Amino acid sequence: MSAAVMTRHVVAKVGEIPEKGSKLVKVKGRPIALFHVDGEYFAISNTCPHAGGSLCHGKLIGLIRSSEPGVYERTRPFEMLQCPWHGWEFDIRTGQSYCDPDSIKARSYAVTVKDGAELAEGPFVAETFPVSIEDQYVLIEMK
Amino acid sequence: MSSSTLQAPAKPKDAAIKLVDCDIHPTVRSLKDLHPYMSARWREHLDTFGQRFRQAFVASTAFPKATPQLARRDAWPEDGSPPGSDLAMMQRQHLDANGIDRGMLFPLFPRALDERNIECAHAVCRAINDWQVAEWIEPEPRLKGTITVMAEDADGAVAEIERCAKLKGFAQVALVTRPIEPLGRKRYWRIYEAAVHHGFPLGLHNSGNNGHAVTAGGSPSFYFEEHQAVSMSLHAMATSFILEGVPERLPELKIVVVEGGFAWAAPLAWRMDGLFDRFRSEVPHLKMKPSEYLRRNFWWTTQPMEEPEKPEQLRQTLDWMGWDRIVFASDYPHWDSDDPRHAFKIRMSEAEKRGIFAGNAEAIYGERLA
Amino acid sequence: MGHIAATGLIDCDIHPAVPGMKALLPYFDVHWQEVIDARGVDGLDLAYYPPNAPVSARPDWRVPGRKAGSTLADMQAQALDAFGISRGILNCLYGGPAMYSADLGAAICCATNAWVAAEWLDQDDRLRASIVIPVQNTELAVDEIERWAPDRRFVQILLLGAHESLLGQREHWPIYKAAEKHGLPIAIHAGSAMRHAPTANGWPSTLYEDHVSFAQTFQSQLLSLIAEGVFTKFPALRVVLLESGISWLPSFFWRGTKMWRGMRKEIPWVDASPAAIVRDRVRFSLQTWDLPPDPAQLDQLLEQIGGDDNFLFSTYYPHWRFDGDDPSRGLRPALLGKAMRETPLATYPRLKETV
Repeated sequence: MSAAVMTRHVVAKVGEIPEKGSKLVKVKGRPIALFHVDGEYFAISNTCPHAGGSLCHGKLIGLIRSSEPGVYERTRPFEMLQCPWHGWEFDIRTGQSYCDPDSIKARSYAVTVKDGAELAEGPFVAETFPVSIEDQYVLIEMK
Repeated sequence: MSSSTLQAPAKPKDAAIKLVDCDIHPTVRSLKDLHPYMSARWREHLDTFGQRFRQAFVASTAFPKATPQLARRDAWPEDGSPPGSDLAMMQRQHLDANGIDRGMLFPLFPRALDERNIECAHAVCRAINDWQVAEWIEPEPRLKGTITVMAEDADGAVAEIERCAKLKGFAQVALVTRPIEPLGRKRYWRIYEAAVHHGFPLGLHNSGNNGHAVTAGGSPSFYFEEHQAVSMSLHAMATSFILEGVPERLPELKIVVVEGGFAWAAPLAWRMDGLFDRFRSEVPHLKMKPSEYLRRNFWWTTQPMEEPEKPEQLRQTLDWMGWDRIVFASDYPHWDSDDPRHAFKIRMSEAEKRGIFAGNAEAIYGERLA
Repeated sequence: MGHIAATGLIDCDIHPAVPGMKALLPYFDVHWQEVIDARGVDGLDLAYYPPNAPVSARPDWRVPGRKAGSTLADMQAQALDAFGISRGILNCLYGGPAMYSADLGAAICCATNAWVAAEWLDQDDRLRASIVIPVQNTELAVDEIERWAPDRRFVQILLLGAHESLLGQREHWPIYKAAEKHGLPIAIHAGSAMRHAPTANGWPSTLYEDHVSFAQTFQSQLLSLIAEGVFTKFPALRVVLLESGISWLPSFFWRGTKMWRGMRKEIPWVDASPAAIVRDRVRFSLQTWDLPPDPAQLDQLLEQIGGDDNFLFSTYYPHWRFDGDDPSRGLRPALLGKAMRETPLATYPRLKETV
């Protein structure tokens, strides 16, 4: 994947998406679910690879595992996404499904946060997004 | 139940109907939505005592579900009222978006089918039926109603079928699928006679809590188990109808099994037939093999979609049961609902699609779908 | 009997019939002998198999004046010699595990095991047996396992398909701990202690319906064992389903796996799909009574079930599950080949000690 063909797209203003919230954005016509967890942003393809559920409407939950029946071990708070249809779980960092991580995954995209001042210099795609130099913005990288 | 008896799906009567959804759940915002359709006696009763079921909790089913209100998280109206309570949203999100030409309403909440107080149950059933007509069917002619009746008192149930048969927009009759006795038992037969008399199929959506454990081995701990046990109760329901001789006595009776999967249909037929010789003397009223009644009198909805390990196994399953036996259902707006564009992971011929998405439903419901 | 010409056929489900309490009486202590006599305790055959019902015994195995399968001579002539069985596992279906009094139930189970040991195992060295236990009370059940486990001719523990509570539930776990410790698989046989209605919809009219609907009971028990974490907690434990049929397996696998994907966070100790767990840990006795009549459909069904390591040959003697001299009717030779010997030996560690 050469850097030359990657473009970065401004999709949200920092502060716009509440903690543990999501936003449905479109980049190059593709619907993408953008999540905000504890100051970090994550982007995965919005269409559930199982049955087409809209992942941005899913619920963010912890990763629940167990070493022993009756024991519930919760790690990575709010980093698993439960699809609004059928409840499959996806890792918002990788898009991998919990039950079939290798074969069933939602495509994930790199996300960066930039100051408005930096954005003014480009080369970022923000044509539909008003950018102010006082604010910070969330960018999705896409080939 | 043999692939060799595969029948062509029925020819469409109305070519305009391309997609029929045989399971859509409308609901009330609260019981107060039913007040206009109830007498003061029952309004006051429900305000004071609420509905009473064979379970521990005032306002929860015995097993907490996968999601609040059993719903898809994207189906909540913005004002926070329950998913399925807002016709405009249902139109926008489901009927229009998915191109649904006809939708079968299945009111599950409020529950009326298994209320313990029989007169209260009848009152709530009547209210739900009138509410369907006034608030769903009349404003949205794509939607068809389900006559909801309380089966434990057959007299009352028959009276309600007679009453609703005179109203417009109803397409089928619904009973609880987990009643006090298995549905094939004699106490319920008059209800089926009334349904046949008026040309209503039975739409039997898994529902109800009869006080029996949901498995013969006791109550499970987890929703993971209960959800499947409830589905399996429909296998037992079909068995009861057939072995008690209901379709033998009422050959015209149509039974649509809703929201129980369908991969069990052919194996159930094999199992009943496989034991038939051993038990024939116990069921002398049966004139055909059990599989023949299953093949003649029963249909299944697609949701929750079967998801085989290899997609072509779905085709095998449908070959076994017959492609004319299966009708599409979304289960909108519930959490395990299916999208007509994504539900089938196999390539289907135009005729197969036509049957599943519309033709088979037209064969079941006929003019009532018009 | 084409495929079964090979030597060493192992029959995993044979039912010795208790002739009546009189036959068991010598195997009780004096207290219980007096109780049984004074109260007339008898008639404890299980309601799923009424002695005269066709399913309970093949017509040609019925002998006037006694219950089918109630004498060793009958069993030898009709099954062991007739089919060339080298090892047969006795599963005695009798009332001990269904008695409401756990004390009386434990006494009956103990007498049943003692009767099986003395009157069957001691008399024909082709025979092995399952330990019947008073599931009503876990402590007493474990005592019963410990009593018989040193006798290596007892090769598994027998449970009925339905008891007071689902078998995965944690109050039963000491039974599985003992089973795992002694290398005894857990067998679950069609039949019920009738603590609950035979279907979720209540009580059916016919025995026919009870037997058809038992497919759902087996599925519920497997779900319970999986969901509660029995297979996770006891990694060496094997489960055997007897007279369960097998045609319900694909829909069970698909539904269970779909629900696991959606709800596994409710049971996070279950870290494999129900289909994978069942294929790995559960074995099924084979007769052909719930299979499709069309051979092409049968091939598809077996392909969907996947794997041919999961089946155990059984005659179900004297239950009437097949006719004629060929219990292998309808099964693919390769499948049957493993079921006749290889899979039973892999399933029952104790069988290997003596074959």
